[in-house]
Amino acid sequence: MIRKYFFQLIFLYLFFSKEVFAAESGGMPQLDPEFWVSQIFWLTLVFGTLYIVLSKLILPKISANLELRKSQIQENIEAADKQRKDSELKLKEYDDIVLKSKLESKNLFNETREKTLKNINIKRDTLEKQIDEEIKKAETEIDQLRKSAPEKINKIAIETSSEILKNLIGTEINNSSISAIVDDLYRKNGGKYYGN
Amino acid sequence: MAANPMTQFEVYRIGPEIKIGAFDISFTNASLFMVISSLAILMIFNLGAKKNSMLPNKIQLLAELSYTFVSKMISDTAGSKAKPYFAFIFSLFMFVLFCNMFGMIPYTFTVTSHIIVTFVLAAFIFIGVTIIGFIKHGFGYLKLFVPSGVPVVLLPLIVVIEIISYLSRPISLSVRLFANMMAGHTMMKVFGGFVISLGIVGGWLPLTFSVALTGLEILVAFLQAYVFAILTCIYLNDALNLHH
Repeated sequence: MIRKYFFQLIFLYLFFSKEVFAAESGGMPQLDPEFWVSQIFWLTLVFGTLYIVLSKLILPKISANLELRKSQIQENIEAADKQRKDSELKLKEYDDIVLKSKLESKNLFNETREKTLKNINIKRDTLEKQIDEEIKKAETEIDQLRKSAPEKINKIAIETSSEILKNLIGTEINNSSISAIVDDLYRKNGGKYYGN
Repeated sequence: MAANPMTQFEVYRIGPEIKIGAFDISFTNASLFMVISSLAILMIFNLGAKKNSMLPNKIQLLAELSYTFVSKMISDTAGSKAKPYFAFIFSLFMFVLFCNMFGMIPYTFTVTSHIIVTFVLAAFIFIGVTIIGFIKHGFGYLKLFVPSGVPVVLLPLIVVIEIISYLSRPISLSVRLFANMMAGHTMMKVFGGFVISLGIVGGWLPLTFSVALTGLEILVAFLQAYVFAILTCIYLNDALNLHH
């Protein structure tokens, strides 16, 4: 197809062209063997040199560069991975520490509260005990007072009555008889006077 | 002189005539462009391999991308056994590619548009691959010509066809590259000639074609280099991994 096209074009070209080129050899210069040996020689020389220089000097360098870059990238990826893991570990550690300290502070708070409460309770207890003791003491004192009161009153009553009787009658009366009467009265109406 | 589309393929001597015995090995324009292509390859890849920065610059990236491209091409077609031939296939691909590409610059000479150049390369590949095949498999390499699962009656015919196709490999390989380059460049020259002969009035259409063809030819230049290299890989694969 291409060849057909090609020959048609050449024909067309010849048709249009005004110039004559009969002076030239005609056919294809490629088929003229005049410079074949020269071409073979130079091709071998040039291509051989190219091959040797490329294979011995340049290509190993490019290959090494590529390998180096590959390994470097791999290394970097690994390093980044390691650092990421490290940071994750650190973060976890940090979280742990925060959690632990939170717990600790909570515990400490609770403990302190309990301790304080206990202290307060103990103090309150001792205070209450003291108050109770004081009250008891006061009560016993009152009791004693209350118990000793009638005797004193009796005594007073006896003395008073003896004085009155002495003044009234003019003679001394035996105290014991008066005290007997007072006692008797006291026994009869004691409750009435002293609220017992 | 410029009128003939074939004059661009003419080889002429540059400098003095050099002779070794009966052979003329003078430096020609073809040799010049071989040297220029090789120097360009060496310069680019030397710059690309010089310093290794973590973030490659443009030329280093170019070199490394080419390296990985060719290396992937070889491992995909010929497997891991083809690793020792990497440098050769890389040089081959780059040489053909740069010769093709330098040919795209106006007034330059296209080295690969000469059958003798492509044929020498193809013949070298053919002989090399055959030697590798015989070294790796001994006479077992001849099993390449006997495909498995073929009826016995057809076998003589198949073997003959296989041998012919094997022997025509260097011819098909070299003619493919040479014909593509020559046809493309001739076509461009013809369209360029049209622009001149049709003048300012009618020359615009062939000029448009010429521009489009330049793009196509750059594509072909790359593609043919790739095809040349990948066929080499396929032949190498036959020699390395004989599967029958």
